[in-house]
Amino acid sequence: MLVLKVIALEPMHGWAIAQRIRQMSGDVLQVGQGALYPCLHKLEQNGWVGAEWAVSENNRRAKYYSLTRDGRKVLEQESAQWERLSVAISTIVRAV
Amino acid sequence: MRLPSIVRLRLRSLFSRPVVDQELDEELQYHLDRQIEEHVAAGMSRNQARSAALREIAGLTQRKEECRDMRGFNFIDSLQRDFRYSLRQLRKNVGFTFTAIFVLALGMCASVSIFAFVDAALIKPLPYRDPARLLGVFEKLPFCTYCNLSYPDYVDWEKRNVVFTSFAAYQGNGRALSTPTGPQPVHIARVTDKFLPTLGVSPAIGRDFAPGDNLPSAPHTAMLSYAAWQHRYGGKRDIVGQAVTLDGDPFTIIGVLPREFHFAPVGQPEFWMAFQPSNECDNRRSCHGMYGVGRLKDGISLQTALANVTAVAAQLEKEYPGSNTGQGANVAPLAEGIVGNIRPILLVLLSGAALLLLIASVNVAGLQLVRSESRGREIAVRTALGASSGRLMGQFLTEAFVLAAAGAVLGLASAHWAIVLLKNMISENMMDGLPFLSDMRLNGHVLALASVIALASAALLSIPPSGRIWSSQVRAGLAEASRGSAGTTWRRLGSKMVVLELATAVVLLAGAGLLGKSLYRLLNVSLGVIPDHLLTLNVAMPPATYKTDAQTIAAVRQIASRIETLPGVQSVGFVGDGLPLDGNGNTTWFRVMGRPWHGEHEESPQRDVSTTYFQTLGAKLIAGRYFNDTEDRSKPRVAVVNQSFVRHFFPNENPLGPRLGDLQPKPNPIEIVGAVEDIREGPLDAPIPPVLYIPYTQSPDSYFALVVRTSRDEHSLLPALRTAIRQIDPNIVPVGGATMIDRINDSPSAYTHRSLAWLVGGFAALALLLGVVGLYGVIAYSVSQRSREIGIRMALGAQTGSVYRLILKEAGWLIVLGIAIGLAASLAAATLMRDLLFGVRSWDVATLASVATILGVAALLASFIPARRAASVNPVEALRAE
Repeated sequence: MLVLKVIALEPMHGWAIAQRIRQMSGDVLQVGQGALYPCLHKLEQNGWVGAEWAVSENNRRAKYYSLTRDGRKVLEQESAQWERLSVAISTIVRAV
Repeated sequence: MRLPSIVRLRLRSLFSRPVVDQELDEELQYHLDRQIEEHVAAGMSRNQARSAALREIAGLTQRKEECRDMRGFNFIDSLQRDFRYSLRQLRKNVGFTFTAIFVLALGMCASVSIFAFVDAALIKPLPYRDPARLLGVFEKLPFCTYCNLSYPDYVDWEKRNVVFTSFAAYQGNGRALSTPTGPQPVHIARVTDKFLPTLGVSPAIGRDFAPGDNLPSAPHTAMLSYAAWQHRYGGKRDIVGQAVTLDGDPFTIIGVLPREFHFAPVGQPEFWMAFQPSNECDNRRSCHGMYGVGRLKDGISLQTALANVTAVAAQLEKEYPGSNTGQGANVAPLAEGIVGNIRPILLVLLSGAALLLLIASVNVAGLQLVRSESRGREIAVRTALGASSGRLMGQFLTEAFVLAAAGAVLGLASAHWAIVLLKNMISENMMDGLPFLSDMRLNGHVLALASVIALASAALLSIPPSGRIWSSQVRAGLAEASRGSAGTTWRRLGSKMVVLELATAVVLLAGAGLLGKSLYRLLNVSLGVIPDHLLTLNVAMPPATYKTDAQTIAAVRQIASRIETLPGVQSVGFVGDGLPLDGNGNTTWFRVMGRPWHGEHEESPQRDVSTTYFQTLGAKLIAGRYFNDTEDRSKPRVAVVNQSFVRHFFPNENPLGPRLGDLQPKPNPIEIVGAVEDIREGPLDAPIPPVLYIPYTQSPDSYFALVVRTSRDEHSLLPALRTAIRQIDPNIVPVGGATMIDRINDSPSAYTHRSLAWLVGGFAALALLLGVVGLYGVIAYSVSQRSREIGIRMALGAQTGSVYRLILKEAGWLIVLGIAIGLAASLAAATLMRDLLFGVRSWDVATLASVATILGVAALLASFIPARRAASVNPVEALRAE
């Protein structure tokens, strides 16, 4: 879900995605760089992200991932699900 | 993203592997480079930065593998590899591979071709609309469960029943077809106008019979069978509307039946004609010559239908007590009448084939077991190198699948030929009664069964090596000592398989033995006649020419005396209503005089015979005399009866004298002038009913059969016989013609027993071979495993004899166990096929004993070879080799 959220803004290549997740979460979440690529490939096979080759900011060819329409739908569902879950959890945590 | 693009992606992953792989490399390399740059910027040295980046990504190659996994092409990839590897493995072990494929193909071929029979006969629906709603409709008598109806009865049943949407009647018959080369005998069927609509069949071309075609005054109409249309009239469409001449009467062809149409109860007639009640029998209520077929109304059950027709029959009994007393009714699913008596035969054959398949699979699994034993090390090495058990499993499955598929392909190819062969084995006469078999081939059902068998055998074949994976310990496997407990376990399993194989072989052998013995008994059953040097020929005289009894009798006598002058002929007799083995033809109704009588009648099959008939057959007179030439219609009725008749009606009494009478209120006596020993008038395996022989001159018939006793070879006489008949009148048609010996050998019951005995015998021989080979395999394997032990024993002073004993004892146990289980199972199996046996009890001791002996000796021989190898083990070598 995090990956989907990150590339929802703009197409990005793998390294940038890893960086962005780290930045956005204030260094709390460090996506294992090893785990990132299998995840991206899986998402691509599922048709949730598209991929194309483009020239990156340092003038090299890089694979840019972007969110597809299916991917956006999945992201919305997952976000909603997450909202509900996190609200539920925080309620319980506060109550105790 | 929609499905097509996903599919495109998947396909790309699969087929553009180098490109995808290269992209993956590039992508990860880019990541790595960026990471390194970042570390360098943070102040690390180039090398440090590189190691740190690699550490963070946690193994570049592993990541790539994971990505590939995610793309889902690793599976296919390893499948390909497994496939190649399997082929290599199987090539390396040619002996095993060919044996396994051959044995599997054998099992496949046997079961698939027999199943094709079963499919054609029992599974495929009959070529009628909704065949399950069709019933055969019969009259029911105390001695005859499914008996024919008379036409007047049919008409009343048709009118009065409330359970059939449509009810028709039919009758198989013979006619002489006029052709440019003279009259030819043809099979015909006479059917009422609703016959085809009842079955739900419409003609391929032309029209069906219309209501009214049945009236005696209507023009004669007939339909052609598809086969007759093709081979008699070249399949020309203008045949419709043309006229043909049958028995001198012109018939207009109105249509052709569809190609797939068949109706076994009447064989395969070439002409189907509208039933027009024309002769005396057709209009007489007590002359039963037809069968009924009805289509049930919706929601009506068989029981309801039976109750309804029984009620109708009861009404008729009251209305026509003279003809209908005791005539009940019966119904049965039509399919039963069509394929009924072949069912038990097919089931026996199918079980035989299934047992063979079982043995074959067990055998190959046994081979695989031995092989997997020696592959323990390979498995251990591969596990040590990191193969997961799933991967190993996959590989063994692939290997088993390759074997099974090869066996299946070979088996199916040979099954194709086996089916052709089996079809040719069925004689033409038999095929007429089993038209549904003509369309037997490898169809969808059969192929589906073949693939199920192939998958099952693949599963079975992959069990032994996979079991090895779970049981083997890597370290034990890697160490040389692979003779641990696992070896013993597998040897035990192997022995169990051999016991199973031997037991199955016993069952098949016992079955074949019993069937063979019944065939022998059947062919040697007493006929009551001397069958050798006896020739029979049916003769059809055109009824239009030979109208009166006097004309008929004169012509028949002329034929007989002409034939008597032929060289080699010793005596000639003739008979109306059927030869020995023909079964029940007409019956006579009578009453026994001097016993209480309330209008009921006795009934028994009747044969109209010439004065010389019994002498010519070589029958034995046990009391009284035969007929003489002067006994014709002008004289009181006389009869000769058989032993069974005497036993049934006059036990411990003298049967001779005016003991019988007809059913008139003031009965005319029928005098019994003689009694003969039972002649087998019906099938070889059926009990002989009471039979009444009547002088031909008191009941002449234009269709009769000649019996000729000759001193020469009876085969060579047949053409001369035909010529002699045609010389008297070219319109008299000789039909068939066969020696009595051939009639016995080709009679349906002998034929059935023979083909069954041969097929089951063939299965049994193969089963014996496979079982013995399997035993040899297990014992030989056990010897090779124990060569070290044997070496030690011999080094410690064991004699050769005791080594023999050791090995033969091991084999002996398996053999005894296999035979014991097999004998018990064959008792059960023989009880199930009791109905197919003739003159043999299902627990025939001689057969079972000889089966046990044959199998025991063969199995001992097979285990003697490895025992000898064990005894010749050189202790020094055996100990050093380890």
